[in-house]
Amino acid sequence: MKIVVCIKQVPNTSEVKLDPVTGTLIREGIPSIINPDDKAGLEAALRIKEKTGAKVCAITMGPPQAEKALREALAMGVDEAILVTDRKFGGADTWATSFTLAAAIRKLNYDLIITGRQAIDGDTAQVGPQIAEHLKLPSVSYVEGIQVKDGHLIVKRQYEDRYHMIKVHFPCLITALSELNEPRYMTPGGVFDAYREKEITVWTLEDLDVDRTQIGLKGSPTKVYKSFAKQLKPAGTVLTLDPEEAASYLVEKLKEKHIL
Amino acid sequence: MDFFLSQEHEMLRTLYKEFAEREVKPFAQEVDEEEKFPIESVKKLQKYGFMGIPFPKQFGGQGADTLAYIMAIEELSAACATTGVIVSAHTSLGAHPILEFGTPEQKEKYLKPLAEGKLLGAFALTEPNAGTDAAGQQTKAVLDGDHYILNGSKIFITNAGYADIYIVMAMTDKSKGTRGISAFIVEKDSPGFRVGKKELKMGIRGSSTCELIFENCRVPKENLLSKEGKGFKVAMNTLDGGRIGIAAQALGIAQGALDETIKYVKERKQFGRSLSKFQITQFEIADMCTKIEAARMLVYKAACYKDAKKPFGKEAAMAKLFAAEVAMEVTTKAVQLHGGYGYTRDYSVERMMRDAKITEIYEGTSEVQKMVISANVLN
Ligand SMILES: Cc1cc2nc3c(=O)[nH]c(=O)nc-3n(C[C@H](O)[C@H](O)[C@@H](O)COP(=O)(O)OP(=O)(O)OC[C@H]3O[C@@H](n4cnc5c(N)ncnc54)[C@H](O)[C@@H]3O)c2cc1C
Ligand SMILES: Cc1cc2nc3c(=O)[nH]c(=O)nc-3n(C[C@H](O)[C@H](O)[C@H](O)COP(=O)(O)OP(=O)(O)OC[C@H]3O[C@@H](n4cnc5c(N)ncnc54)[C@H](O)[C@@H]3O)c2cc1C
Repeated sequence: MKIVVCIKQVPNTSEVKLDPVTGTLIREGIPSIINPDDKAGLEAALRIKEKTGAKVCAITMGPPQAEKALREALAMGVDEAILVTDRKFGGADTWATSFTLAAAIRKLNYDLIITGRQAIDGDTAQVGPQIAEHLKLPSVSYVEGIQVKDGHLIVKRQYEDRYHMIKVHFPCLITALSELNEPRYMTPGGVFDAYREKEITVWTLEDLDVDRTQIGLKGSPTKVYKSFAKQLKPAGTVLTLDPEEAASYLVEKLKEKHIL
Repeated sequence: MDFFLSQEHEMLRTLYKEFAEREVKPFAQEVDEEEKFPIESVKKLQKYGFMGIPFPKQFGGQGADTLAYIMAIEELSAACATTGVIVSAHTSLGAHPILEFGTPEQKEKYLKPLAEGKLLGAFALTEPNAGTDAAGQQTKAVLDGDHYILNGSKIFITNAGYADIYIVMAMTDKSKGTRGISAFIVEKDSPGFRVGKKELKMGIRGSSTCELIFENCRVPKENLLSKEGKGFKVAMNTLDGGRIGIAAQALGIAQGALDETIKYVKERKQFGRSLSKFQITQFEIADMCTKIEAARMLVYKAACYKDAKKPFGKEAAMAKLFAAEVAMEVTTKAVQLHGGYGYTRDYSVERMMRDAKITEIYEGTSEVQKMVISANVLN
């Protein structure tokens, strides 16, 4: 069995600070991490590997620095890592991203593709299902549980108010939620090997059989028309009052704001 | 000369910090307060390969290096010095002498499970009457058929009671002085061996420090480590390496205390502004940072010397001497900068100050480090 896991390197948003003057994100000096949903995807793949001996390949599209995310995946235990990188892939929207990733994945053997549900920076949750469409594969998103059976998976799909248990035959694509599992730590020896013994395969535009009008900024139908900072809400007030006082305080305030 | 960590060491730092933050720090106060051996954290350390970082893969280790190992001790100790010393005593003192002096059979039988994290190790040199003067060993070992019979007792042994394997020094020939000392690998279930009184300590209170008692304890002949009469050499060589681990523990404690203090002085307001706005606070922080960085350079240098297979005894002694003093000084200042709150057990700098003191005492007191350094320079 072969599993391909798509991982995206994202800024660690828990450490992102806002510029107090302009209100925009300060990205400089923010450490990059593997997108949390994707890390859960890696863990899921590695657990399947432990049970079935599957081979796991991690793939990312990004600038050369994205190599670090792949080294981390190797240190967790994946067998193979592929970096899809080229200046011409830059500025891609979700269409161009999924188009390029699908072209890369087409070169691989796979039974199962795992992506994260959503990247914490771009946040669209589109790339996974789009890859499935490009590759004409069945896909299940929002996966919170996986059982591997002979030739198929039984997955638990999360909804707002319920779950579905879905049977899906290989080859297929699933998008993982971070609730799926608790990813393992890298091991110290794994980190050493990831840098000293393992290789990362690098694919550029030359290596992919891909329609050049569908990649990068030029191949992206979505253009960000305008971006502006959200108005930050002031911090709330916390009061400790007994219920009666609290009720009259609230009524008072709501009247003050002409809501009542 | 290159002062930059390799990419793999940088990534290890991230790993260690994350692990310490999530698996160690949340329990540090409870471990101290209740004098509780952090068994859950130790199990996770064993599972994730932290107990065999510098050992070759063929012996169950991680195949990383001394620098990778002591950085782990540093980061663990910044969160909880108890956890730091458990790993350090296990790795440097319990397992390393088997790598250095063990037979292929001993490596297979003992080093492998130690490095894989299946067994925990300890090291027993100190006796009630043989502390700094370790040559004055009174525990005796007499060969009887295919067993050595050990009689005597050890004191202050780290990991005692939790360890599965003990490296034990004993006199096989008193007439030869230090050349009459031999080293043995003793399993915890050996007949005639038991763990005695547990010490109640000022700091590193979650680590187990106990007496070991040998009453006609039978140890198979093949568990002699190195040759008869070479035990003192085994012990001294082991302690040279161990000192880098303790130096890293001291460094970690100091860094942990500094990190807490930086947070605190930014938040705490007096006279209408944060403590960090007073120049005296700023200068104290500057001194603390600078000394910690100087200690780090010495500790990493000693580790790199060991990795490069250069003599590192003097470097290790300097690193331990200096880092331990810095730990004591920085933690004392950290308490001072926290004011009355720092003296209460609600803030971790109080614990760190108590934890720091031991680094000036074990694996050779600061005085011993000065003896080692001066002997290297003067002879
Ligand atoms: C603030 C902002 C707003 C944007 N808005 C839009 C928009 O409205 N429409 C639009 O089309 N584009 C938009 N983009 C661009 C788009 O988000 C990214 O270019 C696209 O690469 C990835 O989409 P995503 O981050 O939303 O990923 P998601 O679709 O949320 O990611 C889902 C999963 O796909 C996989 N994946 C995603 N990217 C990669 C990659 N590079 N390599 C490997 N696996 C990957 C991961 O497994 C990931 O968990 C926006 C970008 C930003 C920063
Ligand atoms: C928490 C803890 C854990 C320990 N873990 C271990 C362990 O795992 N294994 C182990 O074998 N031991 C262990 N020890 C023992 C430790 O290494 C000894 O306590 C240490 O070596 C000092 O020996 P001592 O306590 O007998 O002090 P002493 O040797 O009595 O020293 C007392 C003082 O005299 C000074 N002094 C001694 N001789 C001289 C001299 N010639 N010149 C100048 N000053 C001198 C010392 O520096 C010290 O300041 C541990 C101790 C503690 C407290």
